[in-house]
Amino acid sequence: MYIIMDILQKKERVIIVKDKILTLLEADSRLTASKIAVMLGMEEGVVAAAIREMEDENIILGYKTLVNWEKAGREMTVANIELKLTPQRGGGFDTVAERIYKFPQVKSVTLMSGSYDLLVTVEGKNLKEVAMFVSERLAPMESVVSTATHFELKTYKKDGVIFDEDEEDNREVISI
Amino acid sequence: MIDYDKLIAPSVTALAPSGIRKFFDIAAEMKDVISLGVGEPDFVTPWAIREAGIYSLEKGHTHYSANSGLIELREEICTYLKRKYNLEYNPRTETLVTVGGSEAIDLLIRAIISPGDEVLIPEPCFVCYKPCTIMAGGTPVTIQTEEKDEFRLTPEKLLEKITPKSKLLVLPFPNNPTGAVMTREDLLKIAKIVKEHNLFVLSDEIYGELTYTGKSHVPFATLPGMQERTVTVNGFSKAFAMTGWRLGYACGPEPVIKQMTKIHQYAIMCAPTTSQFAAIEALRSCDDDVEYMCEEYNHRRRVMVNGFREMGLSCFEPLGAFYVFPNISATGLTSDEFATKLLYEKQVAVVPGTAFGECGEGFIRCSYAYSIKNIEKALERIGEFVKDYIK
Repeated sequence: MYIIMDILQKKERVIIVKDKILTLLEADSRLTASKIAVMLGMEEGVVAAAIREMEDENIILGYKTLVNWEKAGREMTVANIELKLTPQRGGGFDTVAERIYKFPQVKSVTLMSGSYDLLVTVEGKNLKEVAMFVSERLAPMESVVSTATHFELKTYKKDGVIFDEDEEDNREVISI
Repeated sequence: MIDYDKLIAPSVTALAPSGIRKFFDIAAEMKDVISLGVGEPDFVTPWAIREAGIYSLEKGHTHYSANSGLIELREEICTYLKRKYNLEYNPRTETLVTVGGSEAIDLLIRAIISPGDEVLIPEPCFVCYKPCTIMAGGTPVTIQTEEKDEFRLTPEKLLEKITPKSKLLVLPFPNNPTGAVMTREDLLKIAKIVKEHNLFVLSDEIYGELTYTGKSHVPFATLPGMQERTVTVNGFSKAFAMTGWRLGYACGPEPVIKQMTKIHQYAIMCAPTTSQFAAIEALRSCDDDVEYMCEEYNHRRRVMVNGFREMGLSCFEPLGAFYVFPNISATGLTSDEFATKLLYEKQVAVVPGTAFGECGEGFIRCSYAYSIKNIEKALERIGEFVKDYIK
């Protein structure tokens, strides 16, 4: 009995540790295992192994950079498209979602509750390109009942990061 | 012409100036200074709290509050202490809202200290206990805590300094500048002495929410028999990142709080009303924010302790507040020399340990209320500096 308890607790501990590692990596994917180990007060080897394990299990899907493309000077248009669908026999919405996410222009596909079914984010060079993609690729699909396209005009905050935030430290240099 | 030397009260002239002034002046003139010198959070006050302050202004709550503070706030303070520490106070008679924890400290000392009374002050510590005691006509008696004791107050050291005149013991834990915390076991030993020698206690728990022991902070008043002998000082500055709002509180026995309230009423009238409305929100809904900030500090704390140890400096592990207090004696420099040279040579600002009492000699205080990026940059520069001096 005690052995089972111990294993359970150990399992729980591993889950907590993994959660902490993920929180750190989600905020800064460039943190090395050795740095994370220092921050969490752990062995570097344990952290490295946990990260590898989570990569293998597809819990960690990738390491990306958050870019302010507007500031970088690249012209880009992003649209969020609401799709209403008729579910497919057998596959439900999954089959349609799969057909949609295979297009490289599609950056995200999410099944939603409420007045429409799929929310699709599409990126293109300009408004026309995105609009054409919707009218030529998405709208004609058999199970798509209707589409509503919303173009993004300005990003204020993305993935928890505020764009154009003033990071100035306005504290006194020294205080007791 | 008026002679200002004669105008100023000699007792005030005699007060020692703050130990950081010099560094402040040098640093202010310099460019590209990386500072580890601040005693306040880098986080901005959580938005929900700021929003509550703004809303109170919109509603026109721009008047004085009750002298003791808004009753809603006093009730929230008591609810908070009860749910977090199982510590019970009456919001109407045992709770006073002050302008920062500092005012509460001054009020308590003024309320109970008369000429001749001795105040026991463990050092290194925050800088106000000594001057407040002197201003009240009392005699500060300092107790030197040591690195080998992890800067805790030991019963032996306390007993050494107790005299028949001892009246008040200051317990500044979690400690600024050392980051030391006292466990329940440590405090029980102190409590026994407090009772035997009929002392009263000022427990400054402003960093109480910021501990990294894995266990909750232990308020001194929760120990058996100690509530009647303790005024607990706390506030919103550190835990809720509200330094600029200037809001603290004192909880303690009615007869003491009553007299403190009297002084407060004459000197201050009441704490800022906007801040009080904001603080109600802080206590009601910001546990998650505090937990998040605490977790962040904990990461930075480990990075900093690790950094100093890698330089070859001895650095005891601080388990509270947001300071590390590394021992720099291996460099052969005094605290003051170290801080001055570091500032001139590497443009990093730290505070010499001596600013917090003579026994801070051989140490520097480094705050980790900075981003990891900033801390790493500072550690790199300090590392280069230490390499040049270490023997």
